[in-house]
Amino acid sequence: MGLHPRPPRTLRSLAPRILVALALPLLLLLGFAPSASAQSAPPDPIGKKIIGTLLNAGEPLVDVKVTIVQGDKEIGSAKSDATGRFSIDVPAPGDYDAVIDPKTLPKGVELRSDKGDRVSVKVLDNTSFRAALFKFGEGRSGPASRLDRAPQLVIGGLQFGLVLAMASIGLSLIFGTTGLTNFAHGELVTGGALLGYVFNVKLGLNLIPATMIAVIVGGVVGYLLDKGLWGPLRRRGTGLIAGLVVSIGLSFVLRYIFLIYYGGSSRSYDQYSTQRPITFWKVGILPRDMVIVVITLVVLLLVGLALGRTRFGKATRAVADNPTLAATSGINVERVISLVWAIGTALAVLGGVFLALSQQVGYQLGQNILLLLFAAVTLGGLGTAYGALVGAVVIGLFTQLSTLFIPAELQVVGALIVLIVVLVVRPQGILGSRERVG
Amino acid sequence: MDWGVIFQNTVPVLFNAESCYFALAAIGLNIHFGYTGLLNFGQVGFAAMGAYGIASGVVYLGLPFGVSILLGIGLAIVLALLLGVPTLRLRADYLAIVTIAASEVIRLTARSASLRNVTGGSSGLNGFANGFYNLNPFHGRSYGIGYLTYNNNRFFLLVVGWSLVILFSLLVLLLMRSPWGRVLRGIREDEDAVRSLGKNVVGYKMQSLVLGGVIGAFSGFTFALANSSVQPDNYATTFTFLAFTAMILGGAGRVIGPVVGAIVFQTLLEFVQNVLSQGLQAGYISNSILPKEQLGAVRFVFVGLALMALMIFRPQGLFGDKKELALDAR
Repeated sequence: MGLHPRPPRTLRSLAPRILVALALPLLLLLGFAPSASAQSAPPDPIGKKIIGTLLNAGEPLVDVKVTIVQGDKEIGSAKSDATGRFSIDVPAPGDYDAVIDPKTLPKGVELRSDKGDRVSVKVLDNTSFRAALFKFGEGRSGPASRLDRAPQLVIGGLQFGLVLAMASIGLSLIFGTTGLTNFAHGELVTGGALLGYVFNVKLGLNLIPATMIAVIVGGVVGYLLDKGLWGPLRRRGTGLIAGLVVSIGLSFVLRYIFLIYYGGSSRSYDQYSTQRPITFWKVGILPRDMVIVVITLVVLLLVGLALGRTRFGKATRAVADNPTLAATSGINVERVISLVWAIGTALAVLGGVFLALSQQVGYQLGQNILLLLFAAVTLGGLGTAYGALVGAVVIGLFTQLSTLFIPAELQVVGALIVLIVVLVVRPQGILGSRERVG
Repeated sequence: MDWGVIFQNTVPVLFNAESCYFALAAIGLNIHFGYTGLLNFGQVGFAAMGAYGIASGVVYLGLPFGVSILLGIGLAIVLALLLGVPTLRLRADYLAIVTIAASEVIRLTARSASLRNVTGGSSGLNGFANGFYNLNPFHGRSYGIGYLTYNNNRFFLLVVGWSLVILFSLLVLLLMRSPWGRVLRGIREDEDAVRSLGKNVVGYKMQSLVLGGVIGAFSGFTFALANSSVQPDNYATTFTFLAFTAMILGGAGRVIGPVVGAIVFQTLLEFVQNVLSQGLQAGYISNSILPKEQLGAVRFVFVGLALMALMIFRPQGLFGDKKELALDAR
């Protein structure tokens, strides 16, 4: 296999490329309203009820009338309380529709579900409550608002992109040093979010120390994964394709073990999950997002410096370039790879916690972004560290800004099409070099 | 432990529709991966083309059933060409990422609200299967013996489905004995050597992609008709990996491999799940080790373990030849 990943470049030579990469999505501004969040909360399970929390961009929607109907028959209705919650009892398992009265919505808020003002809810006999999910977005108020929306989307995209970058660096470095296309990387991200959940919610630690412990545990897990699974496989001479298929198997094992022991619901951390945005000139930013951006930038800078300046970084680049040559010049290749696994997994864990802060903890959290991670690292150039950063930021901005002109539900489709086009047109990515495409 | 219940639930899986459409999908994958060495991770995309071909063809376009089948085949061919033209020159792992991404693009687009008229959005389509079941020559009440007893419509579906499995297996058998099949296997072993013999490697790969994709579309037909509905989220990447595991289990690069693999694999999954379920009921397994409501997830843990163990310890599967198939395709 002609794997010759390019060693990461220094920041200086990178700067103009970042600017180009950031400018590209900015040119794509056209009109469509952005999506906002819909969330469900699991309250007390007494009797059978349909429940939900009406949130628009994290803000509860108060006094909105929700009616449950079955066919043409009205079953019951309720108004959402001060936290946006509603709960309506239903008599028996079956298929219901939850309908929102659009007249009771606050000004400027519009429903954005598939079927307009209603969502179908199936109440099963083995569960006592079922969530009705509504999606809201702010009303479209003509073409002028597109430009108004753009800054908010740029901020959201940058934040999402940086979190993607954090999660994808491990994927990229592991590919660079071992050639493994790790389909189980999404589960490392999910595992991070769940570790954070265990330490934060189950053991009651504040989220900050909980995250630190989770990151350390993640590093140990990554190290053990390499020592216990991938290292022995490399020594057996398992091929790259076989390794790729093994990683798919591992992703199934991990994901469904998460499902068995965590369950299928989405939950929030105990701290920082509901915040009011701070507004700077029309652009609202959640305080936690600012912290996430700063921490991510610092961590990524440290990783970059470590790769560029330290002995370990040099060794990593040497292994990525040519493992045999690295080994003959006295580098302990296996040790470098194990450390790369540890660091990559630790970063994925941190990325997972950050991602779960904005998207809630769920067993499919990482799987849902796996293809975006691939998009990020291939766009930037598989096997390069800064490449993953640039690619991730571009993908983050692209997914957010594309909602200006395609429906929000298709934003991932846009990113995946970008991935396909990049692989076809420039498989080495923005920062990769031609030689390593075999 | 009620072994009677376990067998009652497990035995029918030997020949049920699920084994059948996974066998078809795996036969297609086997042409791609087992014979040509193409790492197609988007087989479910071809199945989706077949399924939406008949569903949207009948419901949205109002076409007769037979024409909708042709539409499904046509869509699968178009997808193969769209995927193949730009990507067949790529390295194997890149092809894997492109195909998996393409299959997700298809699923996410099909479930999008903006295509609700055509694809039914996230709730999918139904009401297209009558054209098929109207052709049913079986009018009796039930067919089969013992645990393998079906009503007339299910029996008709299974007869057609398994006939397709046999038909395509024979086709693969004949094709792979032909000079054309030898070129495919040559490409799998050493692409450059085949190219140096003056063969158009990309052309052969494309033919392989189209043929396997069309068989994948037939898998989609069977899937859609068995459920009498098409749900976009049934066409997620899990489908591809189940078919892939079935193929590896049976033995990639063997005619019988994907068929036996699909049957054995589906039956094993059902068996494991039933044993665990009975074990929980009988109290052999504590509910804290395995929560009852998550029993379905165990099936997928098992899928993952099977895939890992097979790739590590027996990459040639049940029937494969380790020497013939080094499994490190380009």
